[in-house]
Amino acid sequence: MLVSILLPANQRRTAINTTEHTHHHGHDVGERLYLHRHSVVHALPSHLKIIAAISFILVVVSTPVTQWGAFIAYFVWLFVVVAVAQIPFSLLFKRALIEIPFIFFAVLMPFFGTGEKIQFGPFDLYREGLIAGSGIVVKGTLGVMTAIILSTSTTAREILRGLERLKLPVLMVQIASFMLRYVNVVNDEMERMKIARESRGFEATGIKHWKVLATAAGALFIRSYERGERVHLSMLSRGYDGVLPHEEPPHVSSANWLKAMSYPVVAIFIFIAQTVIGRM
Amino acid sequence: MNTPSLEIKDLAFAYPDGNQALYGVNLSVQKGERVALLGPNGAGKTTLVMHMNGIHPTSHGSIHVAGQLVDSKNKESIKEIRAKVGIVFQDPDDQLFMPTVGEDVAFGPYNMGIRGAELDSVVTEALELVGMLEFKDRPPHHLSFGQRRRVAVATVLAMKPEILVLDEPSSNLDPASRRELADILRSLDITMVMVTHDLPYAFELCARSVILKGGVIVADDSTHAILTNQALLRENRLELPVGFSIK
Repeated sequence: MLVSILLPANQRRTAINTTEHTHHHGHDVGERLYLHRHSVVHALPSHLKIIAAISFILVVVSTPVTQWGAFIAYFVWLFVVVAVAQIPFSLLFKRALIEIPFIFFAVLMPFFGTGEKIQFGPFDLYREGLIAGSGIVVKGTLGVMTAIILSTSTTAREILRGLERLKLPVLMVQIASFMLRYVNVVNDEMERMKIARESRGFEATGIKHWKVLATAAGALFIRSYERGERVHLSMLSRGYDGVLPHEEPPHVSSANWLKAMSYPVVAIFIFIAQTVIGRM
Repeated sequence: MNTPSLEIKDLAFAYPDGNQALYGVNLSVQKGERVALLGPNGAGKTTLVMHMNGIHPTSHGSIHVAGQLVDSKNKESIKEIRAKVGIVFQDPDDQLFMPTVGEDVAFGPYNMGIRGAELDSVVTEALELVGMLEFKDRPPHHLSFGQRRRVAVATVLAMKPEILVLDEPSSNLDPASRRELADILRSLDITMVMVTHDLPYAFELCARSVILKGGVIVADDSTHAILTNQALLRENRLELPVGFSIK
C-alpha cells in the first residue's frame, strides 16, 4: 500500500495474478515431478536413493502376498519416509493414480479363473484370482509410491547422474539426458505451432481434425530430426568422439549409506519379523 | 610474413545429390583479423564454414588452419583442427545441449582431454569473458535468447581456438543484446570470421569483408569500400538498412 502511495501514478503497476495463467512456455517439462524441500531424503546422493528404492521394491516383490501383515507394515514404513521427505500426502496419492491403467487387469483377475470360489457381497470371486490380483495391486502401489518418493525428492538431472554413477550404459544415460534437455525445446516448438494454427482459426474439436494434427506431428518430427543433426554437427565441431563429460563420483559418507539403506533394511526386518511371527 | 590463421585454396564442393555449392573459393585470413563473410541466402556460406573444421571433407582444394592441413580422414589432426576452429552456430539451442551452462562450456575442453581443476578454471574464464559466470549452474532453457547466444560463444572460447567462426551472430537479438555481443566480440583478442546479413554489424566489427556468391568469392576488400559500392551490393542481393549510410 505504502509503495503505491509513494510512487507517481505512471509508475504504479497493476498486479496481475499470473498463477491463473495456463499458458507457460513449457518451462521445466523435465523437472515437473521434483518438489523442492530441505529434507534428509532430498539431501542424499541420488545413486544411493536409486539403490535403496530398487532394493525396497525387490524386498516387497519377494514377500508372499499371503503375509498381509508385512504389507501393512511396509505401507506404514513408506508413509514414514514420505513424511520425513516432507512430501504432502495429497501429492503422493494424486501421483499414485498413474498406476490405474496398469492395475486395471489385476482388478479383473478375481472374476475370471478356475478353482475355489468365495462369496464376496454380490460377487462370486475366484480365490486364486483374488490373491494374485490383490498381490499385484498392493505390490504395484508400493512400487509406484517408492518411485514417487524418488522422483519428488530428486531432480531428473540428479537421477541421471545417479544412473551414470551406477554404471548404466553411457549411451542410455546420454539419450535420456538429451531428451531432458530438448523436451523443453520441442515442447516450445509444439506450442508455437499450436498458436500459429489457432491464429489462423483452427481449433481441434474432434476426429475430423486429426489429419491436421497428424500433419503437425509429422512436421514436428522432421524439425526435431533436423535439429538432432544440427546438434550432432555442433558436437562434432567441439571434438565429440562418443564420450560426454562426467564427473568423478563424490565420496559417500557411511552416514549417508546408513540413511539410504535404512529404507530397504527396515523392509527386510519387517519381512523377517512377519515370517517368524507366522511360524509361531 | 606470419602463417595465416586460415588459408583456403581452390576449395570446391558438391553435395552427394550433385548440387554443387562451392566452385573454387580462395580466402586467406591473417592472425588477429576480423573478416565478415557476406552473401545472399544459398551462396554457400554455411557449406564453407562446415569445411573449415572438416565436418565436410575437402574434396577439391585445400584448407590450412594456422598452417595445419584440414584433413577429415586423419582422426588425430581433425581433433586438433576442431579445437583450433571454434564455430558458433546460429541457433544456440543447437549448440547448448548439456543440462547446465557450466557443463556445456566444459564439453569442448573435456573432449580435448582437460580435466579437474584446470577444466573448472577454463570454464570460469570463458564464462567471464562473455559475462555469464553467474549463470554457470542454470539450465540453458532458462536463459534469454541473447544470454544463450553469449553462452554459445563461451562454449567455443573455452577451447581457446585460433579462429572464431560465427554464423549470423546478431540474428534474433534485441538491440541491447546485439550491442552487448558486439562489445564482447570486440574485446576478444582472436581471429574472427563472421557470417552475416547484418551489414551495419559487419561495418562495426570487421575491417575487412568478403562476398561469397554462387560458390565463389566475388569481392574481397575493406568493409568500408564494399558497403559504399552500391552496384556491388545490389548485384549480391545485399542492402544497407533504410536510413543507414556510410560516408
